[in-house]
Amino acid sequence: MPEPILQISGLDAFYGDFQALYGLDMALLPGEVVSVIGANGAGKTTLMRSVSGLIANRDDAIRWKGRAIGALRADQIAALGISLVPEGRLLFPSLSVEENLMIGGQLGRKGPWSLEAIYRLFPILHERRKMPSMALSGGQQQMVAIGRALMSNPELIMLDEISLGLAPVVIKAIYEALPGIVGEGLSALIVEQDIAKALSVSSRVYCLQEGRVSLEGRSADVSRDDISNAYFGV
Amino acid sequence: MDWINTIVQGTLLGGLYAMFAAGLSLIFGVMRLVNIAHGDLIVLAAYFALTASIMLGLNPLVASVLVVPLMALLGYGLQRLVLNRTMGEDLLPPLLVTFGLSVIIQNALLIGYTADPQKLQAGLIEQQSVTVGGISIGLFPLLVFVVAILVIAILQWLFYRTALGRAFRATSDRQDVAQLMGLNRAHIFGLAMALSLAVTGLAGVFLGIRTSFDPAVGGSRLIYGFEAVIIGGLGNLWGTLAGGVILGVAQTVGAKFHPGLQVLAGHIVFLVILALRPRGLFPRID
Amino acid sequence: MHNDLHVSRSTRLSTVAMLLLAILLVVMAAAPWWAGRADLRLFGEIFLYLSLACLWNLLAGYAGLVSVGQQAYVGFGGYMLFALTMLAGLHPVVVLPIVLVLGALIAAPVAVLIFRLRGAYFAIGTWVIAEVFRLGFAQISALGGGSGSSLSVNVVRSLASGRDGREAVAYWLALGVAVLVTGLVFFYMRSRQGVALMAIRDNELAAKSLGIDIWRTKFLVYVVTGGLTSLVGALIFLQKLRISPDAAFSVNDWTAFVIFIVVIGGIGTLEGPIIGTIAFFVLRETLADYGTLYLIALGLVAIVIMLKAPKGLWGLVRGKHSIELFPLSLAVRNIRQEKN
Repeated sequence: MPEPILQISGLDAFYGDFQALYGLDMALLPGEVVSVIGANGAGKTTLMRSVSGLIANRDDAIRWKGRAIGALRADQIAALGISLVPEGRLLFPSLSVEENLMIGGQLGRKGPWSLEAIYRLFPILHERRKMPSMALSGGQQQMVAIGRALMSNPELIMLDEISLGLAPVVIKAIYEALPGIVGEGLSALIVEQDIAKALSVSSRVYCLQEGRVSLEGRSADVSRDDISNAYFGV
Repeated sequence: MDWINTIVQGTLLGGLYAMFAAGLSLIFGVMRLVNIAHGDLIVLAAYFALTASIMLGLNPLVASVLVVPLMALLGYGLQRLVLNRTMGEDLLPPLLVTFGLSVIIQNALLIGYTADPQKLQAGLIEQQSVTVGGISIGLFPLLVFVVAILVIAILQWLFYRTALGRAFRATSDRQDVAQLMGLNRAHIFGLAMALSLAVTGLAGVFLGIRTSFDPAVGGSRLIYGFEAVIIGGLGNLWGTLAGGVILGVAQTVGAKFHPGLQVLAGHIVFLVILALRPRGLFPRID
Repeated sequence: MHNDLHVSRSTRLSTVAMLLLAILLVVMAAAPWWAGRADLRLFGEIFLYLSLACLWNLLAGYAGLVSVGQQAYVGFGGYMLFALTMLAGLHPVVVLPIVLVLGALIAAPVAVLIFRLRGAYFAIGTWVIAEVFRLGFAQISALGGGSGSSLSVNVVRSLASGRDGREAVAYWLALGVAVLVTGLVFFYMRSRQGVALMAIRDNELAAKSLGIDIWRTKFLVYVVTGGLTSLVGALIFLQKLRISPDAAFSVNDWTAFVIFIVVIGGIGTLEGPIIGTIAFFVLRETLADYGTLYLIALGLVAIVIMLKAPKGLWGLVRGKHSIELFPLSLAVRNIRQEKN
């Protein structure tokens, strides 16, 4: 049984006095694709923000390759090889498409991803590379956001609700590109509202409900009923 | 002919004002911070140059080789140790802290150098001039103007063609997401302030050579810089140059009517532009 | 059960505080009889600074309008006093309400202009306005131009007969304006307008969605503050008996000190300016000999307070509780619990 590359134990997260996560336990094996589902407000994005360092947590609540990283800053965690595609894309409006991608590569980490590789993955971006990033359609912006996260050649990529606000046909196209992304030995944590998509692309699934894990299992094995109960906390 | 001469002199003066303003504009662009102590830092740089030229026997222009890096270091330290703690949603802390800094710098200079007016002596260059089409153009004001253009061109290049500039713009757009790219926000802000004070340092040396200065003149330099930024439009460095020129011309034209009206004329032109075009002439950001 | 609950502004603490304040006011009103001349002047100065602090706090702490140019109105008020008494021959006390109105009248167009700026740029804009006033008044030779003028003897004598009488009148005017200003701010913040103001300060967008007219509210506050600051300015220069552009529009005297007072005392509260004024004068009287160093110390203290204790001395005293000395906030109180 290989060691988990990401180990979350007893993770609490607070926004001021409000507690969003209660003692979360989660593990991710190297090269695994794990999805996290749950209703709005269940704590999925809080989890992403905690792992990526945007929220400060207890040091040993999050371990990366055995090292305690819970209290590190976001830029330090990015340097360790953990990359986030944030909810809502959050591209840099002042930067062009290409500049958004380039700043993703700011850290200069070695790996298979480069501007050329991103353009091969999403050819439409090459066409639009000089345009201001916010001038693109929602689906194309999502491609930029994913490309930007890949440019840092991460070992773990986290995708937070990439289908939010996109047309079904666009979502389909992006998810079809996903195997090409994670196939390179990348570990991935995928937060999704679309349960079917989440299960189709991951090997294991966690369901969050009001800041706690309500279900954990192999994506292929969990039943509709299990998910319903876990999702809504019945 | 006389009027053309006035406008030319005003334009050259505008170069100096653009230098005052460039540092201010940069900081606001990257961090949305307005540094009330900015004018006093210009004066501080002038005093550094004074001390360097007296102690080391250097021409102040040569001394700027020491003053500029010193100011940059000061800027980095100031940002990381003090001003980074004021960054946030509330506008009061940075304003009040930089105001406090302004008072401290002015009075520290008063203690160190007394209130006596000082002037930096740059030698022959201050007296030389070229004559173009019947108008006598002082070499030093021309030098300042050319340097102002160079500085702004370099800053533009830095912002739009380098990784550091990308980092500045990204951090200014979305601080949190910029951190996800591996950018240390505290460090980026420190670098921005260092850059701003480097430009300010050079502006201070130029100020000291051009006119006499004392610890109390910082406030008006801040105001001229600020007026240039507002006239030109927020977020546009070339606009800031235009703003400086407009201010300079307004002042020299005003002085032509009555020497006591120089500064007031500048203020009035500023207020008129504020009334008619509140976002400035060439705004880029809100 | 619900007869035990009622909504009120006063707490036992605030009632006691207000009573003590009333007693203090009576004592201070009698000061011309028990205080020496130098002390009387000091008290007058304290009351005038308290008024300036209270007004700046209203502007910055409650309305969110951070101005570093209130010296424009201080100087304006001073010059109007000199102009109306010496050039128009009016009695100084009659001039005071006129100055109040004139100050408000000139603040109106100023507001229209500078409200186009936001945040720190607004602040510097107010400074530019003050400079325009300074440079403008320096051009008026009838009022002494750049070197200023002294208040003529006739005007001074018309205040009251005898030096003691004049000192007393000036003092009472100062005390009166302090009470007026503090009272006005207090009752304003209790009113619906005041609550609207605090709503704007806390969250402008939400306030707007509730139908509060942001621009109008801020405009009114700025204009009234301008008028009252001019009134205080007139009294300041009535005491000083001499005016000049640099003294009238001094950033240090009328803005730096006032800001430090409010920040050190506690911005955004009624108690803050009062505590700050006391702290400021205690510092000044004890460090008087140290001149420039004193200013540096003030600057340092202001910075440290802003970074470490942004709610000022009053904030430190209060801690996390919401105690008030002035009965300002409405709260649901349980009578039975309070009686026990």
